[in-house]
Amino acid sequence: MAQPVLISPHAESKRPFLTEQRRSRITAYTFISPFFILFSIFGLYPIFFTIYLSFFKWDAMGPMKFVGMKNYELITSDPTFWISFSNTLIMGVMGTIPQIILALLLAVLLQSGMTRFKKTFRVLFFMPNITSIVAVTLVFSTLFGNNGMINWMLNGLGLESMAFNSGWWGVKIAISTMVMWRWTGYNAIIFLSGLQSIPTDLYEAARIDGANRRQQFTFITLPLLKPFIVFVTLISTIGALQLFTEPYVFLGQSGTGSTRQEGVTMVTYLYSEAFRNGFFGTAAATAVMLFLVTIIFSVINMLVSSRMGGDTGGRKK
Amino acid sequence: MSTLGAFRKKPDDMGLLGKIGFYFILILGALASVFPFYWMFVVASNDKGAVFHVPPLLTLGDQFIDNFKRVLEKSDFFQAIGNSLFVSSMVTISVVFFCTLAGYAFAKYEFPFKNILFYFVIATLFVPQQLGVLPTYVIMAKLHWIDSFKALIVPAMVNAFGIFWMRQYISTAVHTELIEAGRIDGGGHFRIFWNIAIPVITPAMATLGILNFMTVWNDFFWPLVVLKSREHYTIQIALQQLFTTRDGIDYGMIMSATFTATLPLLVVFLLFSRWVIAGLTSGAIKS
Repeated sequence: MAQPVLISPHAESKRPFLTEQRRSRITAYTFISPFFILFSIFGLYPIFFTIYLSFFKWDAMGPMKFVGMKNYELITSDPTFWISFSNTLIMGVMGTIPQIILALLLAVLLQSGMTRFKKTFRVLFFMPNITSIVAVTLVFSTLFGNNGMINWMLNGLGLESMAFNSGWWGVKIAISTMVMWRWTGYNAIIFLSGLQSIPTDLYEAARIDGANRRQQFTFITLPLLKPFIVFVTLISTIGALQLFTEPYVFLGQSGTGSTRQEGVTMVTYLYSEAFRNGFFGTAAATAVMLFLVTIIFSVINMLVSSRMGGDTGGRKK
Repeated sequence: MSTLGAFRKKPDDMGLLGKIGFYFILILGALASVFPFYWMFVVASNDKGAVFHVPPLLTLGDQFIDNFKRVLEKSDFFQAIGNSLFVSSMVTISVVFFCTLAGYAFAKYEFPFKNILFYFVIATLFVPQQLGVLPTYVIMAKLHWIDSFKALIVPAMVNAFGIFWMRQYISTAVHTELIEAGRIDGGGHFRIFWNIAIPVITPAMATLGILNFMTVWNDFFWPLVVLKSREHYTIQIALQQLFTTRDGIDYGMIMSATFTATLPLLVVFLLFSRWVIAGLTSGAIKS
């Protein structure tokens, strides 16, 4: 097969170097190469360099100085880092879990055969996702203002106003709401496409056996939707851990940036370490920590979902 | 017809009450989705005090033009729109082209390590962008690409989602026999891709294009890191800059800018929403 080119450089002999198979392999590799080239330069190399960088003291310009684990000690002894860590988790939970439940509810309602205007609803639910996060944040910062509409509604319900732009919980509620608003409809549409892939005869069979709606939901819909739920949860979790724009814009009105304690997240912490303070080493260490947290959460996600029961629908006995 | 009695007999019919509840939730969801867009325009078209009017103002005003004039004083709004348009178009053209090529190769060619390479592509979807942001910044500095559109365009020229998604579509939409027939007729690999595959998969390419355009148009983090001078700001950075003006926040002005910046995407989306959503749902994981 591997006829050396050297021997017959000129010949159209029995076995040309470029056989049909080789030619098509080379073509395929050429077609996929742009991704691998760009990813090596702007994806893979930076990842390893970040890990390397996290052991150095560096301001992105002068010489790098090896400091060992010092950067990790610095960030783990910085209270702001831990606040950013817990904020990220709290807002992650607040933004993700209600969002997925709501998306599932909307998808199931849309799927149930008799819904009219299904297409219109889909378009409307998807609309929030096309807007930029900056725009979303600007709009919601007026709604969540001290005299804004949300507080007006709270007062109308006989509740006290909340300091959504400065309170510990207020900021978190406001930011999680922005995340939810943007992603619930998107996830509902992903779930809807999952629901549409479930064969209808399963439901018919269940109906003949006398299963009611709730039983159909727990024993057919949920188990068969599992891959979609796992996918959406994973993507939402990873997205939640990278929360940046909402807190940055929402808390950055005065132009001072956004390491304000109520809303600092791991990525805003990273951003201000690197691009505000010029500490690339600690920022790199933060990035590595973020990556570790992401991996841990993804693994937990997988473990939980493999426990969630498969086709037997073993949720309860 | 659908009384509670009927509900008992047929466990599937949810009855009138059920139906009302059902549409109530859907309509509530739809209102919640759309209201912020409307509110954006309410604030944009009223005078400064409108945002914190009690009770909340819900009617449109006639101050939009005045508000927008102040946007033009405070920022290079149309320059920023133009920048965003340029960057997003360049990235989109490139992403559609390279992702289609790669997706085609993964769908229709056999080559060693194909599956491993494809899983690798998928795995990259799960790597947080921020993990590589510092070295990428350093690379950009070395290349003297800081504050240049190249820093925004080049790293984004092809992406894993696009490859995954084009592969899914191509493996069902393009028939292998057609490709083989083309080969037998002596067509080159690229020629077959261009003349046989492309015409069949234009809808998928268009959807990928629209989705990608929206993503790039809305990106904030990376432009914030690499863009330094005002004349290079993309529209998202320009909007955020309006929000940080120190002399009190002029919401009428900000919302008129936000609305104007959102409008083009909104129109495009409403025109092509069927494609976008159908595309999105067919691109979702199928087991």
